[in-house]
Amino acid sequence: MNHGGSILAYALQQLINGVTLGMIYGLIAVGYTMVYGIIGMINFAHGDVFMIGAFLSLIALVGLAAIGVTAVPLALAMALLFAAAISALYGWAIERVAYRPLRGSFRLAPLISAIGMSITLENYVQVVQGARVKPLMPLIPGGITLMNQNGFAVRLGWLQMLIVLVTLLVLAIFTWLVTRTPLGRAMRACEQDLKMTALLGIDVDRTISLTFVIGAALAAVAGFMFLLYYGSIDFFIGFIAGVKAFTAAVLGGIGSLPGAVLGGLLIGLIETFWSAYFSVQYKDVAAFSILAIALIFLPTGLLGRAEVEKV
Amino acid sequence: MNAPLLELSNVSTFYGAVQALRNVNLAVYEGEIVALIGANGAGKSTLLMTVCGNPHPRHGSVFYAGEEITGLPTYRIMRRGIAQAPEGRRIFPRMTVRENLLIGAQAGDPEAAEGQLPYVLELFPRLAERLDQRGGTLSGGEQQMLAIARALMAGPRLLLLDEPSLGLAPLVTRQIFTAIRALNQERGLTVLLVEQNAYQALRLAHRAYVLVNGMITMQGPAAELLGRPEIRAAYLEGGM
Repeated sequence: MNHGGSILAYALQQLINGVTLGMIYGLIAVGYTMVYGIIGMINFAHGDVFMIGAFLSLIALVGLAAIGVTAVPLALAMALLFAAAISALYGWAIERVAYRPLRGSFRLAPLISAIGMSITLENYVQVVQGARVKPLMPLIPGGITLMNQNGFAVRLGWLQMLIVLVTLLVLAIFTWLVTRTPLGRAMRACEQDLKMTALLGIDVDRTISLTFVIGAALAAVAGFMFLLYYGSIDFFIGFIAGVKAFTAAVLGGIGSLPGAVLGGLLIGLIETFWSAYFSVQYKDVAAFSILAIALIFLPTGLLGRAEVEKV
Repeated sequence: MNAPLLELSNVSTFYGAVQALRNVNLAVYEGEIVALIGANGAGKSTLLMTVCGNPHPRHGSVFYAGEEITGLPTYRIMRRGIAQAPEGRRIFPRMTVRENLLIGAQAGDPEAAEGQLPYVLELFPRLAERLDQRGGTLSGGEQQMLAIARALMAGPRLLLLDEPSLGLAPLVTRQIFTAIRALNQERGLTVLLVEQNAYQALRLAHRAYVLVNGMITMQGPAAELLGRPEIRAAYLEGGM
């Protein structure tokens, strides 16, 4: 790899790309970590909700173009809302159908059900939408050139800025929701003690449902950005992105919201830098190796808490 | 007397195949403190939890304020004006004291809850000093105070207390029992109190029930039970 005198510029470009990708992983990871935090299960279907969110975004964008909505910002906003709303409905239904009936049964049961749900969703989309890759033309082209070193231009795309901004905004709203509102308090109470939460008159089922709804909406936001960023999706994107986001959640410390975002950023950066300096083929190996190493030395993840409590 | 505020009629509760309560009949009238005493494993906590619908009784009925509440989900029962400070306190260790209190009021009337916070802090001034501390860092006595204060936040008519004195120093136990008496006398709060510390419980309560192996074996005015030789032999000797 020879970039002449543009080593710094090249690294900066990778940093920009890695942060963008990391934000998308982080958004998905938040959904994993929330559900794990509350009911202690890994929702393996979450990556597929992300995929469905991407498909819904595409359907909305194509539909809006067909009925003559040509203003890009308006179409994007409407598509995002549409995808988030319908995905939220999927999240609600998935919990209702696949997980709630199994609450209180042995620990592996909902996990197996989640894997089944994941396979079902992938096949459902494959049948309904076809197996071919769906393209989308770039809707937000252009950007700014940050620096130009020996012919290597560092570009920061408008879209990349948008992705980072939207992610930070969504996370800020979400953090506020969890730490400052009664619903967030109920969610944290469910996480700590389901039985006691019900004894305080709080509808635990509704709180869990809402957790899935919010998690699914966040996944849809991630799916929307993924669609815009990569410009192509298929029914299988949820699997890899889901596993990566799950890795991010574990790396950050599962159950911790800032941890999920931090983990997402790290995975995004590792993957991007590995692809840039070593080999693209082994980027997933790199990401997962880091996970394995991290878990050996930090079993609770970077921001996970060691349980020290007075009983 | 009027109809009881809480009434259990022929209640039997099971954990799987194990029967924990056998045809329990029990009534608590408005304004009373009723103690439920019995040995470890007699079913005292099960009785309180059965009132709250977790588990539901397999046979029999539970009435609250004249309406049947048997089989309702727990959160619906609790929203009718019943609150419990349960066995083991079960405060939320990773929430602050303030959040623990606020969540107690969350399901109730928000305006009533506003007024409740200063009141419970006056009742347990120790909590006022620790509002921003995490629940898990409190001492055992403070956790018990927090559990009771949290239960009071929703402004209940009936308070269920499960072993409030368990594991606490005598001085702290006395503070808590003083607070319970004050709640009953000043606010007219009805209390159903489960205790292993029979002497303390009988001195505080108006009436009492004795539970043995899931069955009510004795009941009557607390002062009268306190004087009975069989009670003294079974629950009070060495326990003073």
